[in-house]
Amino acid sequence: MVSITINDKPYQVEESSTILKACQKAGIDIPTLCHHERVKPTTVCGLCIVEVKREKEGKEESSLATSCNSNVKEGMKIYTDSDRTKERRKKAVERLIARAPEVPILRHLAEEYNISIPAEGEGCILCGLCVNMCEEVVGQVVFRFEGKGEERHLTAESDRCIACGACATICPTGYIHMDDIKERKIVHSELLLGPKSSIYVTSMQAVPNKPVINPETCIHFRTGKCGICSQVCEREAIDYEMKEEEIEVEVGNILLAPGFHPFNPEAMAQFGYGTLPNVLTSLEFEWLNCAAGPTGGEVLLENGEKPKAVALLHCVGSRDENFHEYCSRVCCMYALKFAHLIKEKTDAEVYNFYIDLRCFGKGYEEFYKRLLKEGVRFVRGKTGEITFPIYEEEKGKLVVRCEDTLVGRIRRIPVDMAVLCCALEPPEDAEALGRLFGVSRSKDGFFMERHPKLAPVSTSTDGVFIAGAAQGPKDIPDTVAQASAAASQVMSLIMKGEVELDAAISQIIPELCSGCRICNNLCPYTAISYDPNEKLSSINPVLCKGCGTCAAACPSEAIIAQFFTEDQIVSEIEGVLI
Amino acid sequence: MSFEPKIVGFLCNWCSYAGADLAGTARIKYLPNVRPVRVMCSGRVEPSFVMKCFAAGADGVLITGCHPGDCHYHEGNYKTIRRYSLLKRVLEQFGVEDDRVRLEWVSASEGDRYAKVVDEFVKKVKALGPFNGTKLLVK
Repeated sequence: MVSITINDKPYQVEESSTILKACQKAGIDIPTLCHHERVKPTTVCGLCIVEVKREKEGKEESSLATSCNSNVKEGMKIYTDSDRTKERRKKAVERLIARAPEVPILRHLAEEYNISIPAEGEGCILCGLCVNMCEEVVGQVVFRFEGKGEERHLTAESDRCIACGACATICPTGYIHMDDIKERKIVHSELLLGPKSSIYVTSMQAVPNKPVINPETCIHFRTGKCGICSQVCEREAIDYEMKEEEIEVEVGNILLAPGFHPFNPEAMAQFGYGTLPNVLTSLEFEWLNCAAGPTGGEVLLENGEKPKAVALLHCVGSRDENFHEYCSRVCCMYALKFAHLIKEKTDAEVYNFYIDLRCFGKGYEEFYKRLLKEGVRFVRGKTGEITFPIYEEEKGKLVVRCEDTLVGRIRRIPVDMAVLCCALEPPEDAEALGRLFGVSRSKDGFFMERHPKLAPVSTSTDGVFIAGAAQGPKDIPDTVAQASAAASQVMSLIMKGEVELDAAISQIIPELCSGCRICNNLCPYTAISYDPNEKLSSINPVLCKGCGTCAAACPSEAIIAQFFTEDQIVSEIEGVLI
Repeated sequence: MSFEPKIVGFLCNWCSYAGADLAGTARIKYLPNVRPVRVMCSGRVEPSFVMKCFAAGADGVLITGCHPGDCHYHEGNYKTIRRYSLLKRVLEQFGVEDDRVRLEWVSASEGDRYAKVVDEFVKKVKALGPFNGTKLLVK
């Protein structure tokens, strides 16, 4: 620690600290444009100039110094606002504002020093932050200065650019900026947070709720440099070496709850999702509505305005013979919820386009009645298309064309925003999962329970249970109920501590077995083993699942499939043929 | 009185029997001629069972199992396919018409398919008329 004075006030600061840092820590504001703690100081802007007085050989010496690259020394007297500093700073501002008149700090300082602000300038102050950033942190060489004196200017070689955006972030004047390639507002262009940061938490409910690095966009993984996050993290938790790993866990029960996959409405071109502006899926709208979402929970159009009319299209992809015949069950109620929220947050007119309203649950019908009173409009009829305006009053709007079956007419309703209430589909990997766990799937692709009434969470494989939307579209209360049921089924097996084996297994009568080994390769569970000493095959009752394939193949009729013996089946055949 | 064939149906426990069950719970109408015999897997069906069916007076035999790849026992139905093709050749030599024995895949969710398979099969067996090769087989 060294003792210094700043503007005649004494301070204790760390020895390695720069004057700028010491002053900032002391709460004294020194203007600067070209300083950034991650790159080495360039001292180009000259705004951070301070006057420094030091005792030297009994005499007090005064000098001016750029505070960003000068270190503090014992007994230093620093003046940030003396006349000499002001004079020099004024000159610096005059020089800089001629080049970049748009920068707020410079405009503020110009007003302070009574400097006239030019109408326009080049924008670049030649500070070189971008050059240093790109070289030191990103590890690329994209920027270069060319020319001398008045001719000096910044050039960029775009072939080498990895479009990381570090230069644009650091540029103090906004001269370097990222092009908005998509030209659409962040809110609507991607479901989650628009251009994703390289460090992000996969979802708000992620378990464990910890950030991960996306190696595809992280500068460190692309150029081997940067590593700012590891310098910043005090817990030293950043590990660039971490790899995805498979962990094997031995369990006795498995509960499958992979949820659902939302229907992609791009398949229904008539609704213009992805091509028309302000056409959202219900999940995107939910995100728009979320207080933690990109608009802070405000319902906004892509141009940032509040909508004046919103259409909610029910049954997109469900109850549709071209896509899914089933009813997705949750859409009616969440569409009503949306309608209520839109009414609450905006003055918009809300139109529900429905086939049937299925408000089947506790309190649901009452909610629907309440919405009728709130003035939400209901149009009975499936929407034909969302299309372009033709008439004057439709100008600048989306037009929902549908048949109003209660009025018996085709209607054109102009709206600002359309929300597509998309069907719930089985998870994308349901087929593979089903195969893996031996769970059959119903015709619509959802997992099938062992019995719709008597075993609603069990599957045809012992110890594998299902819950949630993977079993069929269902809302949160139903999912919670089903998941609780499945969990208690699992618990009852765990508490028991032992499993009852099915009695319907096969066994080999050793006296009849000839040791031909035909059955050995038939068993998918490798339950049949051959004893070369005895020259006999035998079945392990724990491994045997009782399919009876071996019994059907045994030429000596030595294998008995219990409960399905040859005698029993033959008597059954004779019985059914009477 | 018109001819009503007696048909024995071997239904695997996990797919086809459940499918037939579904056809029932879904109140799907189908012809009553197939008399089901439940087995754990279509792989349990011995070719001799089919012979015995005919010997006991059946006019047709329907074997149903899970779709390939969906077998509850992984590959029992593949073994059924192999036995079925051998069985067909034997039956041909005995003079049993090709249409009297059929192997079909019906999953647990295909109640409507089970009904369709049964209806089609019964129609075919009906067209063939009663099976009268019983003596031939028993001898």
